[in-house]
Amino acid sequence: MTVDLPVRHYELDDYKSDEKPTWCPGCGDFGVLNAVYRAMRTRNFAPHEVVAVSGIGCSSRIPYFISTYGFHSVHGRATPVATGVHVARPDLKTLVFSGDGDAFAIGAGHVVHAMRRNLDLTYVIMDNAIYGLTKGQTSPTSGIGFHTATTPSGNPEQALNPLALAITCGATFVARGFSAEPAKLADLILEGLDHKGFSFIDVYSPCPTFNKVNTFKTYKDEVDWLPSDYDASNAANALAHATSEDKRYLGVFLRREAPTYAEQVHKAHTGTEADRAKVLGGMFKRYS
Amino acid sequence: MVVADPKVTAPGSRHGEVPEHEIRTALVIRVAGEAGEGIKKPGELLIQAAARAGFEVLTDFAPPSEIKGGVSFFQIRLSSRRLHTRGDSPDVLLCFNQEAFEVNIQELVPGGLLIYDPEKVTPRDTSSYRLLAFPLEQIASKELRMPIVKNVVALGGMAALFQLDSAVLYDLIRELWERKGDAVVQTNFKALEAGIKYVQDHVSSADLERFHVLPHAPEKNRMVVSGNTATALGAVAGGCNFFAGYPITPATDVMEILAGALPKVGGTLVQAEDEIAALGMVIGASYGGKKAMTSTSGPGISLMVETLGLATMSETACVIVDAQRAGPSTGMPTRHEQGDLYLCVHGGHGEVPRIVLAATSVEDCFYLTVTAFNLAEKYQTPVIFMSDTVVCVRSESIPMPDLASLQIENRLTWTPPAEGATAFGENEGAYKRYAMTETGISPVAIPGTPGGQYVGMGLEHNERGRHRPDPRTHTQMTEKRFRKMEHAVTDAPEPVTHGDPDADIAIVTWGSTAGVAIEAIDLLAAEGISACLVAPKMISPLPRHQLVAAMGKKHVIIPEVNFRGQFADMVQASFPREVTRINVYGGRPMLVCHLVDAIRDVAQGRQGTGRVVLNPIIGDLDKLVTPDDLIAPLERH
Repeated sequence: MTVDLPVRHYELDDYKSDEKPTWCPGCGDFGVLNAVYRAMRTRNFAPHEVVAVSGIGCSSRIPYFISTYGFHSVHGRATPVATGVHVARPDLKTLVFSGDGDAFAIGAGHVVHAMRRNLDLTYVIMDNAIYGLTKGQTSPTSGIGFHTATTPSGNPEQALNPLALAITCGATFVARGFSAEPAKLADLILEGLDHKGFSFIDVYSPCPTFNKVNTFKTYKDEVDWLPSDYDASNAANALAHATSEDKRYLGVFLRREAPTYAEQVHKAHTGTEADRAKVLGGMFKRYS
Repeated sequence: MVVADPKVTAPGSRHGEVPEHEIRTALVIRVAGEAGEGIKKPGELLIQAAARAGFEVLTDFAPPSEIKGGVSFFQIRLSSRRLHTRGDSPDVLLCFNQEAFEVNIQELVPGGLLIYDPEKVTPRDTSSYRLLAFPLEQIASKELRMPIVKNVVALGGMAALFQLDSAVLYDLIRELWERKGDAVVQTNFKALEAGIKYVQDHVSSADLERFHVLPHAPEKNRMVVSGNTATALGAVAGGCNFFAGYPITPATDVMEILAGALPKVGGTLVQAEDEIAALGMVIGASYGGKKAMTSTSGPGISLMVETLGLATMSETACVIVDAQRAGPSTGMPTRHEQGDLYLCVHGGHGEVPRIVLAATSVEDCFYLTVTAFNLAEKYQTPVIFMSDTVVCVRSESIPMPDLASLQIENRLTWTPPAEGATAFGENEGAYKRYAMTETGISPVAIPGTPGGQYVGMGLEHNERGRHRPDPRTHTQMTEKRFRKMEHAVTDAPEPVTHGDPDADIAIVTWGSTAGVAIEAIDLLAAEGISACLVAPKMISPLPRHQLVAAMGKKHVIIPEVNFRGQFADMVQASFPREVTRINVYGGRPMLVCHLVDAIRDVAQGRQGTGRVVLNPIIGDLDKLVTPDDLIAPLERH
């Protein structure tokens, strides 16, 4: 449903709900939230025309802090719910938020298909390489040897590389940001929102409470923005930079064009709601 | 005991046998062969032709799970009267191969007709049935030089045997194969003619008379559809405009039909990566304002359980079809069982009220799917519509639904007050997604509505959609979710009732077993034993008011196709009294003849309360020939 309203200019505060974030002081997620507010203000999105969908985890509480429509679903199922919202309502802007556990452990089976479908979604992963809401267990992006309550002898699994996954699964926009740089992160999210197709934005969003290995300080030492002459149109190049062993690059790794799911599906529509009785009548006849 | 369909005149004949002279009111035909031999398509043509000629038809299709290989059969029952089951045992059995003969012959009615391909089948113990050799292979391969049309030759033979109007079959063959060109149509015409001619040349007119069923006058506006097709049609009629699903036997047809139909009404179907995703997408689409549905079978429902809880908690309207099959685990994907009731009614952690409906017939599949959408919309809650293998796979001739008479419900939506609407703050106009109301139903804002912004959620929440884990909130919100069910039960569709309402014996059942009970009651009435039936179509919340009269009877019998008596448990929880439970769990439907015996035992005082376990087949279960028994002899052969 849309209602004609005079064009209104939204301020940053218009995107903030009256619910105060429940995150720990110093949590990286505050930076992501601020970047989301900024990106939406830059495009002057009407809050009632945006839907923020999330799964479960500290980061997935984010829809409560945004004044748009939202859906806080169950663990791992943010992308299916967002898929339903978006395919049903392509007129709305749908954002998806997950943590690294929600996206790459319990929800990995859905994320790869959402990317493969090239749904026009902006997917922001607040990646802290730890399970925070359950108070500090190893996550799929935790490094090998990482000590937590569930891996007292060190994590025996190697970390999943989110960007390599996205590049190879068909995401058409792949980027990484850092919550310590909210202005640049806002630009990345903005670019993702503008991109037609699946935008995958992995964000280093450190957990100061439970992850003492991947911290703001260690990330600051390790990250570097992709060079200014970087070519984001080449998937092989993107994969090489995503899997670089000496740097954790930030920026837009890959940007490519492909038909979106909704475009293709809507192209296949041969009728409208008004045809329902006629279509049914035809089906009845076929079986008589 | 074997129950054959009743005859109008059968003086002096022994009960259960096919007498020499009679006018039949019904006939059961079973065509058995190797799966993949394509026995289903000719069967479908035959029933469509029969329906156009004025017969009531009801079928059963029993494929093995394998794509090719293993014995499958297609059973057709023709009658001039309304049918409720596929018929316990065939009057005519057509076997394509020896294995089909071995595993099916036991069920042929004594004195029935075995039609067999002499090149493939060597009949044994032929004293109890009549024989007709029908060299299908030879006609197709040698005379027509088209082995593939063997089934159409058989179809012609059957049509001649039952004196169906072959003109209708020619029309149907043309409709079916027109797209493949005239050569294909002509080849099939020749095959049909060859089959008709063979039977006319080799079967005496006296024998033809034995299998003659009188149709009633052909009626307009009837159609032959399977339960799954009826469900898909019901979804379109109910306003479905979004579907997400994952292929699973025996529910896939619903998805396939909607894949073709939805784009024609501007709707969308997504083939999801699994059933969890399917229901997640359905919830998302419904949140976006669509009428959304998924269809699956037991294994899919098992996967959806957590997401079903989300639908209840977030108060999201959605329809979930469970075409039950025999479990547990992968179980027997093509076999019948009413085993998912606990799962559908109670499945999930915490207390998750939801509406559960169950189809007793193909016609129910259409109307209850419409009802499922209406109730989902009205009560903003998930509605599970249960069919079962019997009802979803079988085809029936049913009256064409009158679309103009259907009532369609839409959810109560929130519209912004003229000015100053905002989702936030405590002002008058502030939107409360989960507002407390007398019915428990709160107006819902559809995304895109200014001022209606809210977060749909699985966390416990207050009226404004904020997570508040305090005792008052959880108490009041739990009551709100259950209050909707108290109102929904008053919207329960009318139950199936049958028989003598003054009888001492009440049959209380659900799903396709209701049809078995109807036929059992009719047969018992002819013996002078009265019973009545009530089969509610809403299973949860249980419409107690519909059951009060039956549960006050001297004897209450609860038949169902499962081990534990899941429905009986529910009914007894609501009406604490003794009942006679009747269960069968062989992956086949309950047989009318066995239910007749069991009810008679209760009526005549030979069976009290407790539990009766029925034989899933006619004859000795331990002596039943199964495909395993045939491996050695066939290899030797």
